[in-house]
Amino acid sequence: MLSLPLLLQEAHAAYEPILPAWILLLPLIGAVVNGVGAFNWRGNKAIPSIVGPAAVIGAFAIVVVNFLAMRAAAPHDPAIVSLWTWMSAGDLRIGVDLQFDQLSMLMLLVVTGVSSVIHVYSVGYMREDPGYSRYFAYLNLFVFFMLILVLGANFAITFVGWEGVGLCSYLLIGFWYENREFASAGKKAFIVNRIGDFGFLVAMFLVFVHFGTLNYETVFAAAPAALAYGGAVVTAITLFLFLGCTGKSAQIPLYVWLPDAMAGPTPVSALIHAATMVTAGVYLVARTSVLFAMAPVSQAVVAAVGAGTALLAATIATQQYDIKKVLAYSTVSQLGYMFVAVGIGAYTAGIFHLMTHAFFKALLFLGSGAVIHAMHHAYHEVHSHEDPNDMRNQGGLRRFMPITFATMWIGTLAISGIFPLAGFFSKDEIIWYTGAYGYGILWGIALVAALLTAGYMTRLMVMTFHGENRTGADAEPHLHEVPAVMWIPLAILAVLSIVGGWVNIPDALPVLPAVHALHDWLHPVFEPARGILEAHGLHDAHSSPIGGGEAMWAGISTVAAAVVIILTFRALVHRTWKPAADSTEPTGLAGVLYNKWYVDELYDRTIVLPLLALWRGCWRIVDAGLIDGSINGLAAGTRAVGWIGSLFQTGRVATYMFYFVTGVLVILATFLL
Amino acid sequence: MILDFSSSLHIVWALLPEIVVAVTGLVVLMLDVFQRGSRSAPSAPWVGPLAITGLVGAVLANAWLLTLEVPAQNAQIAVDGFRIAMNFIVLGVAIFGLLYSFDWLNREGQFTGEFIFLVLMAVVGMMLLGGTRDLIVLFVAIELMSISVYVLTGYDRRSRRSAEAALKYFLMGAFASGFLLYGIALIFGSVGSTNLSLVTSEIALGTASNNPMLFAGVALLLVGFAFKVSAVPFHMWTPDAYEGAPTPVTGFMAAGVKAAGFAAIVRFITIELAPAAEFWEGIIWWLAMLTMIVPNLAALAQDDVKRMLAYSSIAHAGYLLVGVAADSPLGRSATLFYLAVYAAMTLGSFAIVYLVAGKGDVRSKLSDFRGLGWRRPLLGAAFVVFLLSLAGFPPTGGFIGKLYLLSAAVESGESVLAITLVLTSLISYYYYLRVIWKMYFEEAPESLPTPERPGLAFGFAASIGALALLVAGLFPGHGLRTASRAGEDLVPRAAVVAPGAAPSARPSGQDPAASRASSNVSEPER
Repeated sequence: MLSLPLLLQEAHAAYEPILPAWILLLPLIGAVVNGVGAFNWRGNKAIPSIVGPAAVIGAFAIVVVNFLAMRAAAPHDPAIVSLWTWMSAGDLRIGVDLQFDQLSMLMLLVVTGVSSVIHVYSVGYMREDPGYSRYFAYLNLFVFFMLILVLGANFAITFVGWEGVGLCSYLLIGFWYENREFASAGKKAFIVNRIGDFGFLVAMFLVFVHFGTLNYETVFAAAPAALAYGGAVVTAITLFLFLGCTGKSAQIPLYVWLPDAMAGPTPVSALIHAATMVTAGVYLVARTSVLFAMAPVSQAVVAAVGAGTALLAATIATQQYDIKKVLAYSTVSQLGYMFVAVGIGAYTAGIFHLMTHAFFKALLFLGSGAVIHAMHHAYHEVHSHEDPNDMRNQGGLRRFMPITFATMWIGTLAISGIFPLAGFFSKDEIIWYTGAYGYGILWGIALVAALLTAGYMTRLMVMTFHGENRTGADAEPHLHEVPAVMWIPLAILAVLSIVGGWVNIPDALPVLPAVHALHDWLHPVFEPARGILEAHGLHDAHSSPIGGGEAMWAGISTVAAAVVIILTFRALVHRTWKPAADSTEPTGLAGVLYNKWYVDELYDRTIVLPLLALWRGCWRIVDAGLIDGSINGLAAGTRAVGWIGSLFQTGRVATYMFYFVTGVLVILATFLL
Repeated sequence: MILDFSSSLHIVWALLPEIVVAVTGLVVLMLDVFQRGSRSAPSAPWVGPLAITGLVGAVLANAWLLTLEVPAQNAQIAVDGFRIAMNFIVLGVAIFGLLYSFDWLNREGQFTGEFIFLVLMAVVGMMLLGGTRDLIVLFVAIELMSISVYVLTGYDRRSRRSAEAALKYFLMGAFASGFLLYGIALIFGSVGSTNLSLVTSEIALGTASNNPMLFAGVALLLVGFAFKVSAVPFHMWTPDAYEGAPTPVTGFMAAGVKAAGFAAIVRFITIELAPAAEFWEGIIWWLAMLTMIVPNLAALAQDDVKRMLAYSSIAHAGYLLVGVAADSPLGRSATLFYLAVYAAMTLGSFAIVYLVAGKGDVRSKLSDFRGLGWRRPLLGAAFVVFLLSLAGFPPTGGFIGKLYLLSAAVESGESVLAITLVLTSLISYYYYLRVIWKMYFEEAPESLPTPERPGLAFGFAASIGALALLVAGLFPGHGLRTASRAGEDLVPRAAVVAPGAAPSARPSGQDPAASRASSNVSEPER
């Protein structure tokens, strides 16, 4: 074994990835062991409890070592590790190549770090589930594919990861597949994602046609010369790529699957549907930033879709009662912010928000998981079939779950952008650059959505933790704080939600020291794209569309958010909710929002039902009539012939000899005549 | 070492694998007699491993033959790649056949040395059949094999079906042997020798070109072989004999006897009698056609899996005849490759059938396979591999084998045979997949007992067999290369190697038989 200092010392001169294959192999081994376990030692809780988290924590440790080595070497170009040639046909050569650069390294840290915490949390959350080993098999497999997605050095390998995480997402959403509704949610996620994947594939074909390769390095180096700035080709490539992103990252028009995906276990929602997989679209845009920078139309589309999604999802979140649905729409909304950032060319800001969001949204989801865990347990004790997810059944939980209560408030303040928590720095940077780069309308939308964020999150906290307890008199005594294996991950994420933003503190803020750690770190990756943007007229106005500098607007937004929080709190804390079972559906605007602007119904009427009718017709006429009819007819005919043939097989030797001699005579006749 | 046939010791070397098997058989028989005396009891368990050891020794001896340097010669035994390959196939059939049969023998309480002795004697006959170049040796070999197999068919004395099958098989076999022997006599009468190389040169030189006696002899020889490989219309005994025989014996006959029969056809008809190709080509073509079509249709109507497999094995003789009809080195290689694959899948299928059928071989109906895939997952998986391979489904050896046969047929211009092969294979999907359907998509009723767990030897044989088929399907390169080398290496080498003799180099429009005959004339036997 090599010692750590030695490895670092070696890496100092030029960065060489350390044990790169093991980053992938460890989660894969974990998935295999747990997968075997799911069949062979289903009752054994010890092996998955150890192997599952250990595989990911081991990968995290290797990533940290690599990070330190990369920081020491500060390489300008990515390090490519070629494992083997995957396919080679004609001009096409696709290698299983891993790309280690500052962007993928940051993603590696976030993915393996947050995954480690959530894996540990899962030990507590899923322990009673009969599919415990299967759960860890899927979760480890997800990490494996997510790391492939992040590390791919060409479009094809990224696509493998892209599809792989989609598969794991499907498996985990439908984890409790006995429940028909949950299984359908899994299918919905899969099918909607397929539409996006179609876009990714077309983009990939276009790239290959125009560049003859799928390797990122080659494509990005050749792109400025090979394609016209703002031309049809680069616009098409980027728009198709973005279609893929809207599927994976739940943006308009393909966001509808994510709220339904909450059917999966809550740690899954935290890991896959908040912190990592859904950010893959943002990562992809950042990864292909050179192409997007060359297509101003696509950039505008990305930013506009992002802003629209941020606002739409935030409005829906204000009227949801399922605690996880609120968080799901909140995720959709925050992803919208990230797309705004990468759309306008503020790539670092987008990745920055991706990182901080991973911390506080994972925290909020795990916190909601703790609430659900406690609620479920209490209802289970009294054999109640109430919905533990419904906030109308909760309330006043702060007395029973003080740690969850405190950490979730930290998460809420962080996502609302309250100084000096992580969300303040990352979201403010996005909003600021949107204005400073001249996207006035989007800037306004982003500000409104930020205020809505503070509002719906405060509503969630009030309904869950404050006021009177609505669990029911008999279930109430059974409410307890979650065990340490679950609240320690909450505490870790709470700390990260506080300090996570301090890696990037703008110059403009008074008093605070300016920190550029993240900007400097990602600079080599985004340099080419920024160069293209700046050459084509991107400039920083250093003031918002209606005047005022960065420090002023940062102050305004944090104060405004605080005001919204206080007002919402005061308005709601004394309000009484009826338990879910006694409530009626909201009406008016609240009803429209509660029903999510009826978008699902719209898709059903305009796309799903007509298609179903069409396919049903095809099935009746072509399949059942034409194909089945002819096949069945043919089979019946052949069977009849076979039956006639078997009549000759009498079982009598004399008959057999008769045929034999006939055969001999025929042969002799042909020979001799 | 250079083989020198003027030394009788060297003839022993040339026959070493056969001798090892024969001696093993005698040792097994004698030791068994000494150990059991006149008691009617199962034999000692070491008899099985002893026989397997002997067979493995024969495999090694056979491999050693590869190292020999063989001069061009006219010995009664051929030492060439084809014979060695055939020996490997036959020995493999024997080893796997025995491994599969132990469970059956123990279950039926019939584990005796005689069974093993008979198998080994049949194997000696089969090996000689693929290697001899003399008509008298041929007859002795075919009878040694046949009589052993007749007895094996009736081995289960308590079973009426077994006895009936043995009697039918014996009557038909004796009848066919009569034709074969008469054919040999006619050939001897017209040429004056039983040594085939003399017969070949006689025909090639044209002195016998219009001799009806000789051609009647060839025709009757062909009839005898056609009976052994159960080609239509000489196949009528097959379903009855295969169905009645103890199931492991059925597998052994279906694989071994067929392989030996094809070895004889390839060597005697397509090589030694190559100059007379115009006479037998049409016959083989029709035999192949009929043997593909008739049994595939008949199999559709069967609801007994064992009988269905019997028809399937006849159908496979038809596919193999396509390789013979191609009459080219490629065709011979394809036949060899397919024989090996066929042996693996047919042995395995019959073995699984007896396991499902239970004591007394009573439950071999299609409905008895319901739910097998869920009750015995590994057994079910192995059966799926065997059945898919029989159907010729990728990625199994059966698929590659059929592809190989097809390419040989197409290369030789036999497109009608190729098309028939594809169409009849399509028909066969129905009856193979029907079994798989029963195994997985229908539930077994409570009254249907779960098949017993197979023993170690069975498990070993079945897993190796299934894996080998998958390997042959996924990585066929090595097997194809070996088959192609063996298919091209047949004595007399001059006839094969001579330019113009290889069908791939046939000038179009010219009679192939004539061109081959002329090349043989210009380059006489050395």
